[in-house]
This record gives sequence, structure tokens and C-alpha cells, in this order.
Amino acid sequence: MDAPAQYLSWNFILISVPNILVILGMTVVFVVALFAPFPHDEPGEKGPGGRHD
Amino acid sequence: MTDRNPAVDTESGNWTLAIRRWLERQLPLDSLLPHRMPYYVGSWVYVFGVVAIAALIWIVASGVVLVFFGPQWWHVSAVGHFVNSLHFWAVQLFFIFMVLHLWGQYFMASWRDGRAPTWIIGVVIFAISVGTAFTGYLSQQNFDAQWIAVNAKDATNAAGIGAFFNVLNFGQMYGIHVMIFPILVIALVALHIVLVRIRGVVKPIEPAGSASGAEEASK
Repeated sequence: MDAPAQYLSWNFILISVPNILVILGMTVVFVVALFAPFPHDEPGEKGPGGRHD
Repeated sequence: MTDRNPAVDTESGNWTLAIRRWLERQLPLDSLLPHRMPYYVGSWVYVFGVVAIAALIWIVASGVVLVFFGPQWWHVSAVGHFVNSLHFWAVQLFFIFMVLHLWGQYFMASWRDGRAPTWIIGVVIFAISVGTAFTGYLSQQNFDAQWIAVNAKDATNAAGIGAFFNVLNFGQMYGIHVMIFPILVIALVALHIVLVRIRGVVKPIEPAGSASGAEEASK
């Protein structure tokens, strides 16, 4: 855990392996969030819904 | 109940009353604390912002504990090391979910329909958070922090602000980190949320083929 990180370089880009893994993980989470089913209320329930356009 | 008709309101010179009336019009409680959202808000993408806020609460709570006990404690004691780690990892989660929230709002063009101030405040929060994280790294009281300080001194001098911000001045960096920037971040996050409540969550972008989509595209 105390060893220096491995780095990947391509032209001017120099990034550590943990950093690129975090970015890839964030991308996966974002895509999953777009498509994962979200629990909705039963139709017919009423109440203040806040403002919207 | 006080008569709200301005024509018969005999206390029209009262500033407190005027402010209260304005707040009641702009921020009625069922808009400030709605218990239901429009159907389109039912997506996990809308959860990122509030997770970032939850991380911010952890940051502030662990930060208060660190301030109270000080650098000696957070390096030497096991509990101090743990709270220090809580603070560090809460910061990582805060940035991860703030950036995910930014990606979502950018691709949804959430500045539409009068929401530009909300977007701008979000960008400012992001910029101040970067500064807060930087001053936090400087405040670690270890060799890492010393190395960062020496290199950042070159950077701030090159940027022309070296006369105002001395990264080798621990008191200045620590004070900015524990007081000035947290006050700004918390105040701006609160304003950001109130603006979202005032305007509501922006509608999704309409498909190009629909009538309202054509209207959207012509704006």
C-alpha cells in the first residue's frame, strides 16, 4: 500500500492507475444510474409535488 | 389571521412584515419541502447531488472533530487517524458525486428556463471546493503537505497571487481551510438548493420530432 503508484502515459497525458480506475468507475456508475430501474410511487397518489415548469 | 390584502394592510411600512410576505410568496413551505416530485425526477441520476451533500455533512462533522483535537491527535492516536481518514475519504466521495452531479446536469442542460444562477453557483461551489481541498492538503502537518506547499509556492508566485496567499504560512492556509472556505461552500450549497426549490427540477429535453421539442429547439 505504501509503494508509489504505477503511471500510464500517452503523449502529454500522464495519469496514475488508481486515478484512471476511479474515472472509469465513475463512468460506469453514471451509465448504470441512467438505466437502472427507479422505484416509483403507485399511480393515483396525490399531494404537493413542488414547483416545476 | 392578519389580513393579507395590501390595500387594507395598515402596517405597510414594516420591513419585517414585507420580508415575511416576500418569503411566503417566493418560498411557501410545500415548495421548500415537497414530498413528491414530477415523474421524470424518478431516476438515479437525480440522487448524485444529495449524496454529495451527505458527504459534505460527513466532511464538516469529521473536520470539526479534527479541529477540536488538532494535528498532534490526528497523527498520533488511532482514533485520530481514523477520523482523519473519515475526513479524507468523505472528501473523495464528495468530489466523485459532485462531478457525477455535474455530468448529469450538464448533459440535461439544467441551466434552461431561468436556471442559469443555479448552474453558475454550482460551478463556483466546485471551484471553491478545489481550493478547500488544496488548503486541506497543505494542513496535514506531514512531509507530503510540506512538499505540496513548496511546489505550490512556485505555482502561486507564477500566477501572480503569491503576494496574497502564502502557502508556506500554515496559519493562513489552515484558517482559510477551516473557516472561510467552509462558510462559503455551505452558504452557496444552501442557496443552490433553495434556487432548485424555487424553480423546480428542469424538465427533460424534449425529443426533436415533437411539437414542444420544435419549440425548445427554436429558443
